[in-house]
Amino acid sequence: MHTEDITIDNITKVEGSAGLKVSIVDGKVSDLEFIVKDYRRFYTEAVKGKPIIAVPSFLSRICGTCSVAHLFAALEAIEKSQEIKNSEQTMLLRRLAYDGLMIRDHALHLYFFVLPDVLGIDSILDIPDDPNSKGHQLLHDSFAVKKVGSELSTAIVGAIIHAPFPTVGGFLKLPDQTKFPDLVHQLEETRPKVLKLVELFGIWEETLVRNSDYLCLAGGNGYDFLAGEIVNSNGRRVPEEEFHSFLKSVVIPYSQAEGYVFSDSHEDYLVGSLARINLNRQTLNPRTQTDTAKYLAKFPSNNVFHNNLAQAVEILQCIDDAIEILQSIKVVDEKPVKKPAKAGTGVGVIEAPRGILYHLAEVNGSGMITNYDVIVPTSQNQINIENDLKKYFGENLQKDREILRLEAQKIIRAYDPCMSCATNFLTIEWNEE
Amino acid sequence: MTVMATELVGTKKLVVGWFSFTCCEDSTILLTELLNDHLDQWKKVVEFRYFKALKTKNEIRELDVAFIEGAISSPKQAKEVLTIRENAKYVVAVGACAVTGLPSASRNNLVDEKTNYKLYWYFSHFDYSDKVQKLSEVIKIDDQINGCPMNAEVFMSTLNRYLKEFGIVH
Repeated sequence: MHTEDITIDNITKVEGSAGLKVSIVDGKVSDLEFIVKDYRRFYTEAVKGKPIIAVPSFLSRICGTCSVAHLFAALEAIEKSQEIKNSEQTMLLRRLAYDGLMIRDHALHLYFFVLPDVLGIDSILDIPDDPNSKGHQLLHDSFAVKKVGSELSTAIVGAIIHAPFPTVGGFLKLPDQTKFPDLVHQLEETRPKVLKLVELFGIWEETLVRNSDYLCLAGGNGYDFLAGEIVNSNGRRVPEEEFHSFLKSVVIPYSQAEGYVFSDSHEDYLVGSLARINLNRQTLNPRTQTDTAKYLAKFPSNNVFHNNLAQAVEILQCIDDAIEILQSIKVVDEKPVKKPAKAGTGVGVIEAPRGILYHLAEVNGSGMITNYDVIVPTSQNQINIENDLKKYFGENLQKDREILRLEAQKIIRAYDPCMSCATNFLTIEWNEE
Repeated sequence: MTVMATELVGTKKLVVGWFSFTCCEDSTILLTELLNDHLDQWKKVVEFRYFKALKTKNEIRELDVAFIEGAISSPKQAKEVLTIRENAKYVVAVGACAVTGLPSASRNNLVDEKTNYKLYWYFSHFDYSDKVQKLSEVIKIDDQINGCPMNAEVFMSTLNRYLKEFGIVH
């Protein structure tokens, strides 16, 4: 019997820390472990006993890059637990800030983490200073795209990370509307750069096709990251409140993060941009649809590398959505909705950049958290990632080991996993006696 | 801080390592935002010898300055920061988790017996330390940048100070 291990100790150009171990016996993959290495912080335990007003800001610390996603999911869960209905203005401003998050977060992934794979180099730090080189131009596009996303978020919620203005029931401070025309101008100036990015990933030939089920929010207001029901590829619809029972958590003994499969079929599934574009592309902003029609024709797609193309299309979607809102909204002075604390349970489900994000808050009559639960996208994608890698290694074991390591990292990176998000929770279900 | 090319003393660069331990990596994200305005200049004066978020080929060797974000959760992480300390002239703790331990050290305050019984499964399957530690409890630090995420202006002034101290800019 001939045995061999192919390992990657540190997968780079991703958020957080992860590794890979592939065991081969007699020329076949016998085992494959995608290992999330970040240590758990147990934030869902730490919030128990805390007042609800303090919890969203604390839980935004689950993740640096998608901090605003955790902030908004926590706000939704707590607001529902208190039967607080937000104003239309609050929801529009949250949508605007979220457009900024998506623009910056997707741009970080596509330009800083994946672009080197497209250019065949190790790092953006290796891109030559020649202004005529394609890499140099794309890198400088990235600065402008990321910056416009950051400036949009900062204008609406006060910061790109751990934003200070949003609170339960509204905003502590409202944005200065006089800045909006300049933001519209910057967003318009950024559009051509993003169209170049869409083309870059539209013609990138990397391919890994495997039949997956896809899961995302649908049925909100247009292409909506913050509202809707959960749907899968077969059109099954699940209300936010029932999402948890739709899934089954799987303890993965070598990984710091749990995985998830469907509770009925026990099959894996994929969440994120690819799922959203596969299932919701007909609701994209009309301008986005027109300008990306050539590449939208590639969807629905089972090629995991098209997650990158889907992210690029979503950057344009968020630019076009933000322009429309900025040009139409009239910000009026209003205070956050306040109600006396009551006992209740609330669920907040939104689309984080990497896919469905679930927060559940149980609150007592004094307005203190008694139980909290979070399910993040990277945990949900973990088993799908492993199954994609098993397929890839199973079909390519004749290749040079360094090429296999490089290609495996490209596949993992295509998912844009976030290990920081995936390791905050206490998920083992215990039989209470 | 904007380092102008005319200020350069020679061709030597400041050798920097950027490391992340237990945290949300918000300071890393903030740093990637600072690159929007500063990467072109920094490439002239800084060599990022270790920066896992941006490159595959990383080395912990002869670092002038190691910037470390995150708290220390395990004996393995403690060993890693000791290695960084041995290979860096200066170590800077970056952001709240590295400087104070919190909020990553929140589990230190979970005293409920039932909760800790549940956490025990994780502690017994992975190499967790009894307590999460701030960086200065594990290694000597030379500098710190407070904030959650780090204060960007203090980071810029700290980097500029080291660029001058190592004779890379005037």
